[in-house]
Order: sequence, then C-alpha cells, then structure tokens
Amino acid sequence: MTTLKVNGREHQVDAEADTPLLHVLRDDLKLNAAKYGCGLGQCGSCTVIVDGKAVLSCVVPMVLLEGKQVTTLEGLGTIAEPAPIQRAFMEEQAAQCGYCIPGMMMRAQALLQKNSKPTDEQIRAELEPHLCRCGTHMRILRAVHRAARLMDTADALPAANGSAR
Amino acid sequence: MNAPLILDRRRMLAGGGALIVSFSLGSALAQQQDAPAASAPSPPGSLKTSPYLDAWIRIDANGVEVFTGKAELGQGFKTAFQQIAADELDIAFESLKVTTADTRLTANEGYTAGSNSMKDSGTAIQNAAAQVRALLIAEAARRLDQPEANLRTENGAVIAPDGKRLPYGELVAGEMLHVQAQPTSKLKDPATFKVIGRPVPRVDIPAKVTGGEAYVQDMRLPGMLHARVVRPPSYGAQLTECDTAAVEKLPGVVKVVRDGNFLAVVAEKEFQSIKAMNALAAAAKWKETASLPKQDDLLNVLTSLPSQDTTIFERSNPAVTGQKTIEATYTRPYQAHGSIGPSCAVAQLIDGAMTVWTHTQGVFPDRQGIAEMLRMPPARVRLIHVEGSGCYGHNGADDAAADAAVIARALPGRPVRVHWTREQEHAWEPFGPAMVTKLKASLDGNGRIADWNFDVWSNTHSMRPGGAGSMLAAQHMAQPFAVPAPRPLPLPEGGGDRNAIPFYNFPNARVVHHFISAMPLRISAMRALGAYHNVFSIESFIDELAILAGADPVEFRLKHLDDQRGRDVIEKAAHAFGWKSDQKPPPDRGYGFAFARYKNLAAYCAVASEVEVNRETGRPRLIRAAAAVDSGQVVNPDGLINQIEGAIVQSMSWTLYESVTFDDTRITSIDWQTYPILRFNSVPESIEVHIIDRRGQPFLGSGETGQGPAAASIANAIANATGKRLRNLPLTRKRIKEAIDA
Amino acid sequence: MRASTRIIAGIVAAVLIAAAVAAFAIAWRPAIAAIDPPDPQSFDTALVKRGRDLAAIGNCSDCHTPRGAKNFAGGLPVPTPFGTIFSTNITPDPETGIGRWSEAAFRRAMRSGVNREGQHLYPTFPYDHFTNVSDEDDRALYAFLMTRQPVRAAARENQLSFPFDQRLAIAGWKLLFLRPDAYRPDPKQSAEWNRGAYLVEGLAHCGACHTPRNALGAERVSARFAGGDVDDWHAYAINDQSRSPVPWTADALFTYLREGWHPDHGTARGPMAKVVSNLSSVPASDVRAIAVYTASVSGTPTSGRTGPSDDALARAKMASQTNPVGASIYTAACASCHEGGRPLPYGGVDLGLSTSISSPDPRNLANVVLSGIDAVEGERSPIMPGFAASMNDDQASALLNYLRARFSDQPAWADLKKTIADARRTQAVFLQTSPAPRNAPADPQQREKP
Repeated sequence: MTTLKVNGREHQVDAEADTPLLHVLRDDLKLNAAKYGCGLGQCGSCTVIVDGKAVLSCVVPMVLLEGKQVTTLEGLGTIAEPAPIQRAFMEEQAAQCGYCIPGMMMRAQALLQKNSKPTDEQIRAELEPHLCRCGTHMRILRAVHRAARLMDTADALPAANGSAR
Repeated sequence: MNAPLILDRRRMLAGGGALIVSFSLGSALAQQQDAPAASAPSPPGSLKTSPYLDAWIRIDANGVEVFTGKAELGQGFKTAFQQIAADELDIAFESLKVTTADTRLTANEGYTAGSNSMKDSGTAIQNAAAQVRALLIAEAARRLDQPEANLRTENGAVIAPDGKRLPYGELVAGEMLHVQAQPTSKLKDPATFKVIGRPVPRVDIPAKVTGGEAYVQDMRLPGMLHARVVRPPSYGAQLTECDTAAVEKLPGVVKVVRDGNFLAVVAEKEFQSIKAMNALAAAAKWKETASLPKQDDLLNVLTSLPSQDTTIFERSNPAVTGQKTIEATYTRPYQAHGSIGPSCAVAQLIDGAMTVWTHTQGVFPDRQGIAEMLRMPPARVRLIHVEGSGCYGHNGADDAAADAAVIARALPGRPVRVHWTREQEHAWEPFGPAMVTKLKASLDGNGRIADWNFDVWSNTHSMRPGGAGSMLAAQHMAQPFAVPAPRPLPLPEGGGDRNAIPFYNFPNARVVHHFISAMPLRISAMRALGAYHNVFSIESFIDELAILAGADPVEFRLKHLDDQRGRDVIEKAAHAFGWKSDQKPPPDRGYGFAFARYKNLAAYCAVASEVEVNRETGRPRLIRAAAAVDSGQVVNPDGLINQIEGAIVQSMSWTLYESVTFDDTRITSIDWQTYPILRFNSVPESIEVHIIDRRGQPFLGSGETGQGPAAASIANAIANATGKRLRNLPLTRKRIKEAIDA
Repeated sequence: MRASTRIIAGIVAAVLIAAAVAAFAIAWRPAIAAIDPPDPQSFDTALVKRGRDLAAIGNCSDCHTPRGAKNFAGGLPVPTPFGTIFSTNITPDPETGIGRWSEAAFRRAMRSGVNREGQHLYPTFPYDHFTNVSDEDDRALYAFLMTRQPVRAAARENQLSFPFDQRLAIAGWKLLFLRPDAYRPDPKQSAEWNRGAYLVEGLAHCGACHTPRNALGAERVSARFAGGDVDDWHAYAINDQSRSPVPWTADALFTYLREGWHPDHGTARGPMAKVVSNLSSVPASDVRAIAVYTASVSGTPTSGRTGPSDDALARAKMASQTNPVGASIYTAACASCHEGGRPLPYGGVDLGLSTSISSPDPRNLANVVLSGIDAVEGERSPIMPGFAASMNDDQASALLNYLRARFSDQPAWADLKKTIADARRTQAVFLQTSPAPRNAPADPQQREKP
C-alpha cells in the first residue's frame, strides 16, 4: 500500500512502485479526467499537476510521488462550481471531441498559477507537448486567455494546490 | 451507463418487453419494407427508412425524449438535435433528453458519416417533432372539444383559449405516437425559431471539462476486467509459437485468449493487463510476409494496379476548343485518422446475450458484423454507442468492439474493457486511401477553360463493417472470416470519385474513375473520403489555369461558376480575407484561395489563406485563413464555426505533414514520433469563419466540407509565395525546400 | 569560470594589452571600399547552390538565425567567459548587413577575421577555422549570402567587460592563435580523407565545440578534439579520449551525421542536433569525407573499449542493490522505452551504449533527463518526455547515479546534485533561445528485421 495525495485527500493505493500515476488515477481512484493517449509521453492527454507543475502522468511512476501533491481536473472544480479554467473552456466552447482537453487544461492551469498574464506566444510554447486532432487549437488558446482574465478577477482563484472540494 | 438487460424506463411503462421487441423489429422491418415505397411520396430525412414517429420522439409523464440513430462523435449535433426538437415541439431546450445510437432504443440510421447527420437525422427529428406537435394539438382538440385552430403550444403544453394548459405528458396515451410519418409536415416558420440558429452551448462540454464520465474509455462497470490485445507485427503475419504459461501466472492475469492469430490477455487491473500484454508480445513468435508496395513510388504502384474504369461524367460542346493546354498529376499518400484516444470498447455476455458499448459510427451494421463473427442471432447482440475520442471516419472503433466481444465471450458474466495501445491504433486502423489524380485542361482564346479531363485512381473509401470480415478479430481467428470484396461507393456521393466531377461550368469535360480493388494497405473511410484529394487537385489545377490565363484566382473561379450560393460563398470568403485582384503579398508570403461544394450537394465552403514560407528551410506556416460556409438553415452557428475551424486546422496538418510510412512488411508510422501531426507552434494566428445562414432551407452537412478547400487554399498560397507548384501531398518542409532549391 | 582562471585571465589580458598597444601598427587594417549591393541575378546559379551546401556544412544559420528570427539576420547571444557577443546580420542588407561588402571583403573576414570597415572580429566567429576555406569556396559562400533576402536588422551591442571590449586586443589574440594558411593537404592520404580534413578543420569547424579552450578562449592545440563545452552541453571527445562504449567507425559517423542517429550511439541532441540537421541536406560525399577523416583522428580508443562489457549483468545487479530508488525510477520511467525492444531512433538507445552515461561530464545526461527531446515540427523525429517537473534533484541524482553504475564501468560522478540544479536552470534558457529544430529530424529508412 502506498499513500498518494490527490486533490487534497490521502489515498491508500495498492499499486506497484513502477505503476504510472495515470493508471492509479483512472483504475484505483476512478478519476476520468487524465486520459490515456499514448503512454509514451508524446501527446499530453494524461497531464496532471504535481506540486504545482504539469507532468505527464503516463510516464510518472508511483515511486516519484512520495510526499507530493497531485491535482487532477476533478480537483479544480465541478459543473456546478467550475474553476476559472473550466468556466473559460465552457464559455469558449473549446472542445470538439474533448479527449485532449483535460490535459491541456491542467498544463494551462499550471502555467497560469506561475504566470497570471502569459503572452500568446508563451501559451503556445507551453502547450507544445499537447496534441489535438479535432483542430480546436484556436479555441483552446482563446480559452486559456479567458481563464487568465477570469483568474485575474481577485477571488476567482481556484484550489491552486489541490485543496478543492 | 445502462447495464445490459436492465429494464429501461420505456419498457417498464409499456408493461413489459413486448413493446420494445415489437418496436425494434417493427423498425427493422419497416426499413426493409417501407424504404423503396415506389412512387408514393416518402417523408423526409431518415423518416424514409424509420417512419414511426415514436422512433424519434417519445413522450410520457416524465418528459420528452428525442432519439437519433446517429452517434455523437464530437461534432456537437446532439445539441443541435435538441435545439431542433425544442423549437418544433415548443418545449424548453433544457427539458429535453437526447438518446443516441443504440440498437435497442433508436432508429437504424446506418453510419454516422458523410456529413449526413443533419440532413438525415436532423431532418427526421424536425419533421417528427412537427408531426408529433400536430398530433398533440389534435388530441387536445379532441379532449377539449375545441377546433385545433384555437389551440397553440407553448413550453411543453397545449394551451387552450381560456389559458388551460394540457402538458404533453398528459396528452400522450398508449401508442398514440406509434404512427407512420406523413410525407409532409407543418414546420414552424423560421422567423419564430427560439433556439434554432442560436449558439446554444453544447450539452456535452461541461462533463468533458470537469472530469465527468464522458467517453467509452471512462466506463467502469461493476466487476469489469481489463483486456489488451497483442496484434500481429504486420498484415497477414501468422502466430507460430506462443507459450502463455508464464503470462498466465503474472499478477492479476485472469485469462489469455487465443484464437488462431487473435491473441489477448485479460487482467483485473489495467496496468496489469499492459504488463501482461508486453510479456505476451515478447512470447509470441510470428511468421511475416513482405507484402507491401514501395512507399516512395505510390504513383506508379496505384496506376499500374488493375482498375475498373468508369466515365462518370461527360459533357461536350464541339463549338468550344482549347488553345493552350496544361496537364498535371497530383498524389496523396495513405493518411491516418490518428484519434488522440486509442480505440476502446466494453462488452459483456450475460445469459447468452452480448452487449457492446462502442464508439462505432454505425451500431446497427456493427452489430450485424459482431453477431456474424460470434455466430449469434443479431437479436441477441446489442450495441450501444458511447462517445469516444474523435474518430474522423472509420478508425479502430469497430475493431475494438469486435475484440471486446470475442474476449467477453470467453469470460461470461464479466464486463471486459479493451483499450488499444497507441502503436496498435497507428498500425492497425484502416487508413485513408492513397490516391492519384491526373488532370489536363485547355484555355480558349478568351482565357476560359475550354475542356477539362480528370482521372482519379483510388481504392474504395469504405470497408466498414456490415459483415464480420471487415473486423480484425474476425480476420485473425483460427476460422477466419474473409475480408469482403471492396466496392466503389455509388454516386452522387461517391467514394474515390467524391467531388471528382467539377462543380464549375466547363463546355467540355470528362471524368474517369479508376477504381482499384486490390488493397495493399488496410483502408477505409476518412473524413471527406476522396473529396479531400479531388478538391485539392481540382482547386490547385484551377489556380494553375488561372496563372496560365493571367487571371485573378477568385475572378477566374467566379467566371466558371453559375451556382449563386457558390458564388456568394466565394465572394464572402474573399471579402472577409481582404482579397484584391491586384494584391501583392509581403516577401516570403503567399495568398491562396479554394472552393468546393461538398459532394456537389452538401455545404458550400470557400477558404482564403495566407502562408509564409521560409526560403532557407522550406518551412511553411499558415498565418491566417478566412472561410465562408453555407450549410443551409443553421441550427447552431457556433457549432458550425467550430466544425469549419477544426476542418481547416486538421486539413492543414494532413496537407503539410502527414503520411503513413511502411517498409516491405510493416507499417512504420506507429506513434506521434513517426506520424507527426500539427503542434501548437504551427497553429495559425487567426482563423475566421463566416456563415451564410439560409433560413428555412434544408440542412446541409458541413462536417467534412472544409477539408478539401483548406488543403487547396494552402497549396495555392505556397505556390503563390514560392513560385513553385507542389502536387504531391503532404507538402512537407523538405519538399518545399527541394522545390525552392531546384 | 573559477576564480583561479579568472585571475590568470586577468594577468594574461593585461600582458596582452601591453602587447597589443605595441602591436598597434601591425594590428591596423584598412577598410575595403563599399560597393553597391550586387544584383542577385548576377550570380551564377550553380555557384549559389554550391554556396548553400557549404553554408550548411559551415552551420552558418545556427549562429546567424536565432529562433523565430529572420534568416541570417543575426542577433544570437553567444555567452563567453568574457561576456556576451551577438551574432551579426549577414544578409545583403546594405545598411545593417553585408550588402556593401565586396567578395574581397568577405574573403578577408573569412580568412583573417576583419570586417569590411577594418575592425577585428571576435573569434566567436570561427575564422581560426574559416581561414582554411579556399578562395573558390569563399566565392560560393559569398554568392549564396548575397542572394539571400536582405533583412534590415542592426547588430546588437556586445556586452563585454574591459579589456575584452577593446577590439584591438583581438589583434593580439590573432598573433597568438590564428594560423592563416596552416592547412595543407596530406598527399599520403586519399582524396576523400583530404576532403574530410579540409572540411573538418575548416568550414565545419568541429573543433570549435569538440576541442577544449584555454583561458583566452582559444582551442588548445595539444588537446585537439578532446571534448569541449558549448551552451551548457558537453561536446564529447572525438579523439582517442572518446568514452563512447562502442568505438566510432567511419560508417557509424556517416549515418549519425547524415540521419541524426545511430543504433550504437543514439540520437543527436542539444547543439549537435542542428549540425546533423544541416548535414542531412548536403552532398552525401562531403558527409562521407567528414566521417572518414573524423574516424581517422579518433584513432584507437583508450582503455581497451571494444563494446559493452561482459560483466554488465553483474553491474546491473550491484547497482540495483546499492541504489534501489534509482533502480525503480529507471524501471518505471526509462525502461519502458529504452528496453521496449523498438528500433532506434524511436525506441530509445540501449543505455549501455550511451556516451552520455560513460562521459566524464554528466551534463548531457542531466540535460536530456530533465528536458527530454522535443518533437521537430511536422517531421518524423524522436520524442522523449522531460522529467524536470516530475523528479526533484534527489530523485534525478539517484537515477543518474544508478545509470552510471549500471551502464558504465566509470567511477561515480562528483557534485551530481549541483550539475542537476544547474541543468534545470540552464536548459530552460537553452530551449528558449536555441534555433529550431532543437533536435535532429531523423528520418530513418531502415528498420531492424524481427
């Protein structure tokens, strides 16, 4: 049994040390947002936040997570009470099939936590590890800009370090 | 998710299973019997094949439910259907529930493909809703003993002149809606639409951006097992040896399933199944055969294969003769759908009945194939569509469904989830077919096109299931099912010849379709089918002719186009882009334009683009694009814009980067390293989409209309920037550099 | 730079200034008359094409085209121990570029590091190598550059401290280190070898990175190709000091330089990525010549290296026992690709073959583990995820220690945690400023048969 802190809660997880975080999140904790896209660190669909940084959960084994805080999209907000980044993606209708979107949102969230006013160029550079096949890129960029504006409105700050819910 | 064989609400209401069975059979029979009802006028859209109103709209005390046989693939039409039904039924948008493709619950609408969903299902729902509303008014009139003309509908109820409300739920009794649709409906005046034509937010997005259960990949049924398939290393490889003993002892492993060349492993947890799959793959020995053609020589490979040649279009006006003639050959490689989420399905066998949850585009045809493969009666197999990662055509979804069914059969009672790996998706999905087009045309003395010759070589563009043989699991079994013989898809929609017939007015024209039945690579339908390459070729060649004529590309197109809606779209895109006949792009930049009407019968789309080419490296970059689209009556303008934006961006990725690679035996493009697609550093600065809304006009599908025009527009802009014409897709940095350096 | 070297540098510099003042007379160079920019059409097309290939071999664009900037318009900051020097605009723009340079002026710059106006150029422009370029090749290079798109972009002011901001000092440097016309063909060697020598020692300026430098920033002749530093990467020794587990051969070098990777050596990355990317477009015969010559200067490897050692298994076992954390990180984060059995370059090199693990300098390994290998835009290319965000310094150093112990027979690295901390900082800068592509767009046509 390993202890894993996800979205502010501690979980006892029965997974071997080499199990990638992605499978623990999906299989043991029944969380949906982090997606399996390639398992090779090439597409970004599995991105979550660990200690404030965006990481590819498909290539991060449990052994690296001791004492660290994991935040997934579920930890940011809900349909009823969406976090700014979630509101922004809803308001911009920034999805087609939407499969890649949670990963994009987590990387954007990590960016906005350390840089509340990123330039368009910075957002593009940050999202470089992420693939979208539907071609929703223009909306994704708009949504990240919108999220930056929403976060800027003082109290809108979300559970930055995974303490939501 | 609905668990299998749990009675659903409708069944309970009907007091047993009888009604459901009769409905399912009824609609299946209806399809066979009623379809070609000869000369009698038939109702529009998919009502033609599924005419019972309650196949589309069902009402009871709990509310109103809309059914569609189409599958939501991320296009957002679930929302659009809800908008249509809300307006035609006069009911609040939020109060409606939409159920998508399910062989037990919905009409059989074949495949969700060809940009036909709005035309087929949207039209059916619109007319069914209008007719249901008429029935409700008639019923209210009967009950109130009032003339129908005195009654109106509002917010889910019929309202009497004295203000008395009769909610729809109270009006419907028994089989009131189980009646056949009339050929015509009394549709709402478009001026009174409340939600149609508005950018209603999509109903599926909130769950997708908050970690809700949104995809088949997210399904977790009680007791569910995880399976992984070990695919052969190449087409036709034979499993010669596989010692499974060690794999069976691995932690969590429940079973190794082997049937001929079909090999899979099932485990309690997903990562256990992955580890077991790796071990099983290492234990499996295969005999491979070199059977693939030369990737670098597709032009000759395709044109030298035996073909079935059909002249699909011919027009002649001997009075007009050409003066200056040019010809050109264009090629397209095999390209991959490349879904971001590899294919996935869940299946469960209970009491001899199989249920499969799948992101197939056609639950009914896929059920046919799976039933045949399992040698079960189709009535014992239920397929339920659950959304998956975007598919853009026939990808691995149906194969994953078949995999899940075969594995679940070996483990009765337990739900089994199969998820493909990235490498399997890339290597085994049916690709978009390679194509060759040869064009030859002449200008007359006035700089108009006098004659036009177009030849296209291509495989079929659909190997979708129907029979078992189109699915990998069935092909790999010890007693395999043969791959069905490929057939050309009939015009006017066409397959390899989709959009091969010019939409322009040429006095002399001849179009020949060279249908190739041999298929060295596994192929099937990919967004826009042959239209992508045909429009790329036609619209590139139109530019070549415009240059020859010394004409502005936009004016040159308008000169050859009579169709007013087409002209409007061209003018709108040109205007939005700021196109001017005497324009001169900045250094290293070029402007390009292209237009098509998808299938020559669906949505119109024109795209203007500005591309920058780095002279030293050859690197192309789409800077901006402006598009105009006419898809008839617009239901959800933001959804339409999203589709066109996406089409332009995706087509840009196909056009600039993408080709499936292979050696003499194996597919070698097996992940995002080896099959690179667009990343954020190449995303344009802006894409504008302008809609021409045709209120009251029929819905025209638009999901695929942007692929061809975007490709040609970019190719034309590259030619404009460099002075070099590239005719072989993809228009890679390397090819552009070679052209510049030549 | 360490304090001791700084003191030495200061003393030497002072001496140098004295020498330079004395040498003022010989240091002075006249301006060469400005010309009207020649018509691009006046250059022979074949000459321009040859110039393009030569410019690729010379890797000109790497320094003169910073990321996202206009081709050859300069502006790349080049950090040196003496301050930051910015590359200049070599487009034919008459005001800010070399549009008014005659061919003679261009040749003089290549030959002796003097610009048209007569100013000495800093040797970040590697004229200590370019001095070997023939007149004929200079002509082709000139033709190529003068037919590029002119870009108006004024040079950025260098940021150098005294006395290094005195261009006169460069004359002294040249007296000490510039050897014009030193290159002579070796009649005992083949024409191919001689072609390779001419390119390697001249235009390709391999030594600029692969030879260590002295306190004055000049290549140490006595340690030619013994390994150097560039952009916080270590340029491996390519002489007999090479730590490559499998010795390089001419064939291996050819494949590596041409395609960006080799199954026995892995994938080019860091600053070398751009070099191999350029070499993929030049005539194969030139790359072959470079490979033949380089293989011959590699000589016989020291310390009896013949391939991965036989006791690799024993080492693996020992490493796992002494460093279980590193071992489990390796199994989970690295082995899935590096032991995945997929052919290179996409499968990840067998780490037993990795020079970065056998190298005395751990920076390259740290750089790659932390930053990964990014995709090359729209081209088939290896991708490796970076682990900077998911590993802390302790975890990264446990991993590197494990890799070193398991996959090499070399002693453990000292100061690994500092190297990792530095790499975290410097790579962030490198990845933002280095020209694209940052990695080699390897496009292998071959595949290992099953």
